[in-house]
Amino acid sequence: MSVLEPFQYAFMRSAALAGLVVGVTCALVGTYVVLRRMAFISDALAHTVLPGLVIAYLNRWSMTLGALVAGVITALGIGWLSRRRELREDTAIGIMFTAMFALGILLMSGVRTYRDLAHMLFGNILGVTQAQLLLFSAVAVGVIVALMALHKELELTSFDPLHAQVIGINADRLRYVLLVLVALAVVGAVQLVGVVLTSALLIVPPATAALLAKRLPLVMLLAVLIAVSSTWVGLLLSYYYDVASGAAIVLVCIVCFGVAWGWRQIRRAV
Amino acid sequence: MHARYAGAAHLALSGVSLRVRWGTCFALVGPNGAGKSTLLKVIAGLLPVQAGDLRVLGHEVGACRAAIAYLPQRSEIDWSFPISVRRLVLSGRYPHLGWLRLPSREDWRVVDAALDQVGLRDLAERQIGELSGGQQQRVLLARALAQDATLLLLDEPLNAVDVTTQRIISEVLHALVQRGKTVIVATHDLDRVQREFDDALFLSEGRVVAVGVHSVRERTLQWMHAANAFDVSHERA
Ligand SMILES: Nc1ncnc2c1ncn2[C@@H]1O[C@H](COP(=O)(O)OP(=O)(O)OP(=O)(O)O)[C@@H](O)[C@H]1O
Ligand SMILES: [Mg+2]
Repeated sequence: MSVLEPFQYAFMRSAALAGLVVGVTCALVGTYVVLRRMAFISDALAHTVLPGLVIAYLNRWSMTLGALVAGVITALGIGWLSRRRELREDTAIGIMFTAMFALGILLMSGVRTYRDLAHMLFGNILGVTQAQLLLFSAVAVGVIVALMALHKELELTSFDPLHAQVIGINADRLRYVLLVLVALAVVGAVQLVGVVLTSALLIVPPATAALLAKRLPLVMLLAVLIAVSSTWVGLLLSYYYDVASGAAIVLVCIVCFGVAWGWRQIRRAV
Repeated sequence: MHARYAGAAHLALSGVSLRVRWGTCFALVGPNGAGKSTLLKVIAGLLPVQAGDLRVLGHEVGACRAAIAYLPQRSEIDWSFPISVRRLVLSGRYPHLGWLRLPSREDWRVVDAALDQVGLRDLAERQIGELSGGQQQRVLLARALAQDATLLLLDEPLNAVDVTTQRIISEVLHALVQRGKTVIVATHDLDRVQREFDDALFLSEGRVVAVGVHSVRERTLQWMHAANAFDVSHERA
């Protein structure tokens, strides 16, 4: 009997695959989210998709598509409100978050189907279907290609938007692009693995990596490794000890963070 | 030419007119709030010209961005960002690179030469936050060098830096002007203006008060005298 025995079950294999795609995507996007100090955005996005879900549900459209469209609208709204720094980005996120969520509740108050919608809001890594996995993988590939293609511009506008502006790179437009990429990644991931796990994979591995590495590509690589290995270790723990898989994965991430934090404190002390 | 900050009641620059000759070192002098930084931002294309005509390097503002380097008075760089000194200087090459392109060996050579020129080659692999304020200022100058800009705009580059950094910056600027580059510097250092600059402008409350190194010096001394006199009478009262 090997440690990998659980992966003979199809649902565990799907979960491991979901962990891989979600982990890679969230870690890469999350590196920018953490470095640009917008950690709050994942929770906001998880809620702002509600009106999209309700409208899709009422019209029998694809719920996932409804969520993605609502997420993109949120991203564009945040970008627009905080353009030319007229409003701070976290304030803009807060405004779009509450506005969209309230709109969703309003639309839903006539329908009374919270149970169905709740399921859409809070996905479960052990219940991932083939179709969901395929759709998210397509989104993930798009997001990752865009991140790589715009790497130096996204990097520059993240640490020195003024220089970008002076040499003719529109920092505001790149911010829109980044927000949309974050929205696609987060909304897709939430459908697959739920809000809490998405937030954790988006924030904790990049935050851990940023404690250890001092180069952006290295931070991204480490974040990906931490995110993917945490999901797999968490899945195994949940199988062997019969505990909630999402919670197990989040806690493994947190342990990684704790170790990195401790190591850094020790290194500072000596 | 006029310029105004969005939402501000007053013009930050009103009726300013200036002519900077190619290949000269030009000083902007004036009290706090005079509009020196504003003028540099307008030339850099960061603030729109409200009315009037401004031609930079013979083009409309914004038409020759690759050729302009700008060092702000207070940098808004996130110094904790995980990036090396060398990589930051590389961002000076981006206007030459364009989208979707990776830096060539030549780009890296230019970057290393720029770091050499400001005496920071040894610190090239440091994270940018692990530098002193004066070293950070030199890194930004190195980036402007790597950009190979035709026009350099420097907003009080000598503020709060040590003598070594002051000397390096002065030397680099001098060498640039020798090579035909144009440099515009906002400064409060009157002696330096007289020694090292070809031309100067004295601004006050968004207007041009004096032009030329000599009259700018006269005007500044007058102003300092008046400010002192005011202080004294204030104390007596
Ligand atoms: N972001 C801004 N928004 C509105 N008004 C501004 C802004 N920045 C500067 N001002 C105003 O524009 C005028 C010119 O300011 P500027 O920064 O150009 O002065 P300065 O000559 O560079 O002064 P200092 O020597 O203190 O750097 C001032 O009256 C200032 O209050
Ligand atoms: Mg100023």
